[in-house]
Amino acid sequence: MKDVAQLARLMQGNEAIVEGALAAGLRFFAGYPITPSTEISELLAERLPLYGGKFIQMEDEMASMAAIIGASLAGLKSLTATSGPGFSLKQENIGFASMAEVPCVVVNVQRHGPSTGMPTAPAQGDVMQARWGTHGDHAIIALCPASVQESYSLTVEAFNLSEKYRVPVILLTDEVIGHMRERVVLPQPGAMKVIDRKKPPTGLEKYYPYQPGEDGVPSVANFCENYRFHVTGLAHDESGFPTTNPEVVEKLINRLNDKIMEHVDDIVLSESWLTKDAEIIIVAYGAVSRSAKKTVKEARAAGLKVGLFRPITIWPFPEKEIAALSRQAHTIIVPEMNLGQLKLEVERVTSGRSKVIGVNKVNGELITPGEILDAIIKL
Amino acid sequence: MLETTPPRNSKNIQINKSWCKGCGICTGLCTKVLAMDGGGKAIAANPSLCTGCRLCETHCPDFAISIGVDVN
Amino acid sequence: MQNKVNKYLRSEMLPHIWCPGCGNGIVLGALTRAFGLLDCDQDNTVVVSGIGCSSRASGYLDFSTLHTTHGRALAFATGIKLARPELKVFVIMGDGDSTGIGGNHFIHAARRNIDLTAIIFNNSIYGMTGGQSSPLSPLNSKATTAPQGTLERPFDLPELARAAGATYVARGTTYHANMLTQLIKNGADHKGFSVVEAITACPISYGRRNKMGNGYDMLLWQKEHGIPVERARKLEPSEMEGKFAIGELHKSDAPEFTDIYERFIDEKQINHREAKKA
Repeated sequence: MKDVAQLARLMQGNEAIVEGALAAGLRFFAGYPITPSTEISELLAERLPLYGGKFIQMEDEMASMAAIIGASLAGLKSLTATSGPGFSLKQENIGFASMAEVPCVVVNVQRHGPSTGMPTAPAQGDVMQARWGTHGDHAIIALCPASVQESYSLTVEAFNLSEKYRVPVILLTDEVIGHMRERVVLPQPGAMKVIDRKKPPTGLEKYYPYQPGEDGVPSVANFCENYRFHVTGLAHDESGFPTTNPEVVEKLINRLNDKIMEHVDDIVLSESWLTKDAEIIIVAYGAVSRSAKKTVKEARAAGLKVGLFRPITIWPFPEKEIAALSRQAHTIIVPEMNLGQLKLEVERVTSGRSKVIGVNKVNGELITPGEILDAIIKL
Repeated sequence: MLETTPPRNSKNIQINKSWCKGCGICTGLCTKVLAMDGGGKAIAANPSLCTGCRLCETHCPDFAISIGVDVN
Repeated sequence: MQNKVNKYLRSEMLPHIWCPGCGNGIVLGALTRAFGLLDCDQDNTVVVSGIGCSSRASGYLDFSTLHTTHGRALAFATGIKLARPELKVFVIMGDGDSTGIGGNHFIHAARRNIDLTAIIFNNSIYGMTGGQSSPLSPLNSKATTAPQGTLERPFDLPELARAAGATYVARGTTYHANMLTQLIKNGADHKGFSVVEAITACPISYGRRNKMGNGYDMLLWQKEHGIPVERARKLEPSEMEGKFAIGELHKSDAPEFTDIYERFIDEKQINHREAKKA
């Protein structure tokens, strides 16, 4: 056994994602170079072969997303990593993974936009893209790390959720967290729980790959393991073959949504800090939550009852938690490096019980503790 | 596996009318043996003239014709 | 009465969705006969397809089948093949699918020389959407989006494949169905990226608009315009005007991508172990 000192490392957020992915059992990566996520590709090009895993730089972002879906269907835990413009290009096949229920993890190291924006500058402008980027109603899970340590642990969590619910999981990090270096303590090998997709029983006379279990999740076999079946992005029935039967399709789309929404208690992670007596709550995620923590300290020092709620899972949105906070806090402050995306969700969930104020910045710079504090002082 | 050598002088022409879409490819390729029925589906009008060349089978887009293949 | 069709078809899915006289069923038939010649192992073979009329073929084949997104079939297939190189992977695409929206994936699969067998059903048109011109529509041919005839030159698919690095390139037609079977079989036997272009007829969306008659007439057109490559090579360019060569157009040997990668893994692991010992 190694002691903590041996396991402690100075590491970048993107590097921690690589470590987390390998710990979760990653065996396939396909990607395309894009700032500020490229380190993930570069490190996996070096590391994956040592695990017998495969790395491929594809010709474009769509191809990378397609390749990881193919590899996942072939049975390997698969990852791609990108940033804003690349994330937009991947949306087509994220929809495919959602419809065909193929486990995979997509890292989006958010950068300034729209379009090319400022490639090396942070932003949080992809919150809604992560939720609704692909067309059609669909299920998605998105996790937002706020530290290098969490970049590691949430990558493991992303794989676990993806395997468990057969859904694409977005690790929605940002340029600050991705490029920041800080001390991390990697868990002992095997210390973190690793979940593998469930397999169908063998020897079934007739196999229905898309027949859901009690949890709403089907046991889709890996390709060329015991069963021959069809996978399509078309609306399909439990056999996997296309259908346009309205009842069957209605059931499918609802199930894709329900298998996530009925398990929010299992999926949703959040952090509450000094919220018990708080009259003002800051709801912040990713890099901005670090500034917000400092704001809370400064506000408390000034005698203000301020607390921080940090959604770690941002999709599905932690509705219950925010609704509860809106019953105690007169004001909720939502600082974001966008013009107010998650604020919309906070407003929806608080239903007017609390005043919701955004602190927004879209100039490529991180929101400072002082800027959030200013909003509190102005109340 | 399919037989790879066509049986000579086979008269075992099977036409699956429910799959036939009446496109006319088989009757175009083989005017002697095949014809369209009143419903626009292929029939073996003169099976005795079949040489077993299987052109109709390989060119039927609908898998509706088989020549000299056992049916069960 | 149910005809016994060969074991590679999911006959319970028939009749298929294709129009009367559509050549896609003939290509599918040639493909299933090629599977027969290859004695293909259904439990270790994956068939991947894109989007469009031809890509519905995967649903009729009794393998592990993957019907992907428009143009991306080769990228999905690359993921499967690299993940599990022991699997045999066939990829079915249409002309617009493979050379329009999927053109980039096509040239890069060829460049890598990854061991996939790509069968392109070329009917010169986007059929599923009702007859728009494709990158393989002949110059001046009519389409809903080219009512006076296409103004753009088409790709020569085999030339494109060869230039991009494919190591087996062939072209067949649905008229020459037995040859097509053989070309697919040879392509599958070839280690590396194999491309088989299958010229097929879309009588409804292409033939009708271009006054080419019905499915049978279009087969005869293929018979008259497809010139076996051995003969085509002896003809003057003027004699080949409007015609096209069929048969094995290109074959070469080059290292195959997943082989290279497996060797790379082995070497890397050995080096790593030795570095650790030292």
